[in-house]
Amino acid sequence: MQVLDRLETPVSVTTDQADGAVSLHLAGRFSLGDLTALHGALMQAATAGPFLVDLSGVTRLDTAAAWAIAEADAKATAAGHSMQITGASADSAALIQTVRDALPNPDTPPAKPMTLALWLDGYGRSVMGAVSFLMQLLGFLGLFLSRLARALRHPSEFRLTALVHHCHEVGLKAVPIVALMAFLIGIVLAFQGSTQLKQFGAEVFVVDLIAVSILRELGILLTAIIVAGRTASAFTAAIGSMKMREEIDAMRTLGIDPAAALIVPRVLALLLMLPILGMIANAAGLFGGALMSWVELGISPAMFQSRLIEGTDVSHLMVGMIKAPFFAIIIGVVGCHAGMQVGNNAESLGQKTSAAVVTAIFSVIVIDALFSIFFAQVGI
Amino acid sequence: MTVATDPTPVIRLRGIRNQFGSHVVHDGLDLDVYRGEILGVVGGSGTGKSVLLRSIAGLQRPVAGEIEVLGTDVRAASEAERIALERRWGVMFQDGALFSSLNVRENVEVPMRAVEGLDPALRRAMADLKISMSGLPYLAGDKYPSELSGGMRKRAGLARALALDPEIVFLDEPTAGLDPIGAADFDTLIRQLSDTMGLTVFLVTHDLDTLHAICDRIAVLAEKKVLVTGTMDEMLRVDHPWVHDYFHGPRARAALTAKDAQKGS
Repeated sequence: MQVLDRLETPVSVTTDQADGAVSLHLAGRFSLGDLTALHGALMQAATAGPFLVDLSGVTRLDTAAAWAIAEADAKATAAGHSMQITGASADSAALIQTVRDALPNPDTPPAKPMTLALWLDGYGRSVMGAVSFLMQLLGFLGLFLSRLARALRHPSEFRLTALVHHCHEVGLKAVPIVALMAFLIGIVLAFQGSTQLKQFGAEVFVVDLIAVSILRELGILLTAIIVAGRTASAFTAAIGSMKMREEIDAMRTLGIDPAAALIVPRVLALLLMLPILGMIANAAGLFGGALMSWVELGISPAMFQSRLIEGTDVSHLMVGMIKAPFFAIIIGVVGCHAGMQVGNNAESLGQKTSAAVVTAIFSVIVIDALFSIFFAQVGI
Repeated sequence: MTVATDPTPVIRLRGIRNQFGSHVVHDGLDLDVYRGEILGVVGGSGTGKSVLLRSIAGLQRPVAGEIEVLGTDVRAASEAERIALERRWGVMFQDGALFSSLNVRENVEVPMRAVEGLDPALRRAMADLKISMSGLPYLAGDKYPSELSGGMRKRAGLARALALDPEIVFLDEPTAGLDPIGAADFDTLIRQLSDTMGLTVFLVTHDLDTLHAICDRIAVLAEKKVLVTGTMDEMLRVDHPWVHDYFHGPRARAALTAKDAQKGS
């Protein structure tokens, strides 16, 4: 059958030199795999002198072979020789002509040398990019606050259903993972603390260690990190896919303000839910710590409780919880902002989602560090 | 117009049955496509034009029936036979389906990477040639799919489909979403490539202008099978109500007039 020939007919390129004229005889069904050999033979002939290409044995010429012939012709002409084609079928000749017409003529722009000025230029641009990103985030925060203020002035415009829905998504659904995480952290702290404090016979101080570190720092910080991973990505993906499908543009044309409809309920839900999640994390962490102290050090729950109440001031809890709204706002604003930056291709959705998570977690840690410095300075 | 001379069909479908759950799309569908022809497949929305294309290209496994492409039974082919066969056809998806992480040249190079013994510099040059043959400007090779317009993405998709000089190309709605001038250019390009490279073209379309301008034969999908095949003139004489409405509707008449006007000039 004719269709199988292509795989079976071997391709041959033979060169001979009869009475001083070089001629190349091509035969067989050409395919892309034969290009390297054919191109090499033709280029060699083209640099040597005038030559003749005999296509009478060719059963099928593909574009690759036609391209090699057209290239060889161009090269021979440039070197001042001539190339002749004989025995080409009508199809082959037409194909060579088509390829010749389509030969890309490169008009590559000259490569710019890497100078110090260009290097500085690149740096300047990335610094300005970072600054403008921060300005955009700030602008976004302002947008959220102004829309929130308007919602307070016109409560009828406020989307309560959306708020409840997002509270359910970012709050209630995050409870199991946050509680489990904090419980395990409590266990780890108790275990690590007890092995160290045992050396000094100060086992009972493990209660202070657990209470202070969880209430002040770890409970809310780790909750915020988990929420940043979970919720910032969800906000970016949800708003970004709406942006991609032009739903946000549609909202604008229908007179719905995307900031009021999408951003306010989401950030507000986070603002309400993150302190609650933080409290749950604190409770679960203390519970885990108490459990491990009991098992490992024999500190009974009652003793843990009394030690906790007399040894740990409530200000530690305040120091921890005051950070929650700041974390909530930065996570929500970063997530929603990244969603609004998504372009109209799926690739940017993925990029922005992972960028949102990284930025949110990073910002949470930066804010936490700033608070630590602040509290150390004011002496709480 | 070229008339198919080869009597053995390059694509031969017999008794194809496709169904999704209880929804039967094709039932007892037969179709032959001959070497070197451009076959236009038309049908109402939901008649399974794209499903048919996907079945032939091996992306969708029919529940029953025979699919023979270039002498190979697609359904019974071994892994090696399938790979050999896939190199002999190219598929252009509706929006180009370019890999978004690669630029246009790299996209066209993807199928060429499987060819053994091909020098990377030559591969690049061949990719540039295919890009240029598809009517894209030379510098388009360095662009990423997200930077291209819809029409350019389609052309880049065509360049990738043609990368290995296939014998058959499957085109899914090649002119959908293009402006009339772009669509007409694309039609000319397909006809020209088909003529010079001896391509067999399997074309799913809604575009009546395309059907008039470049298709040698038309197959109408209706009632879960290929209702009728034939040239445009034959289609105009079919008196099945849907076919009649399709080819005699106001848009069809406009396309016909446009074609007559083109012939006259």
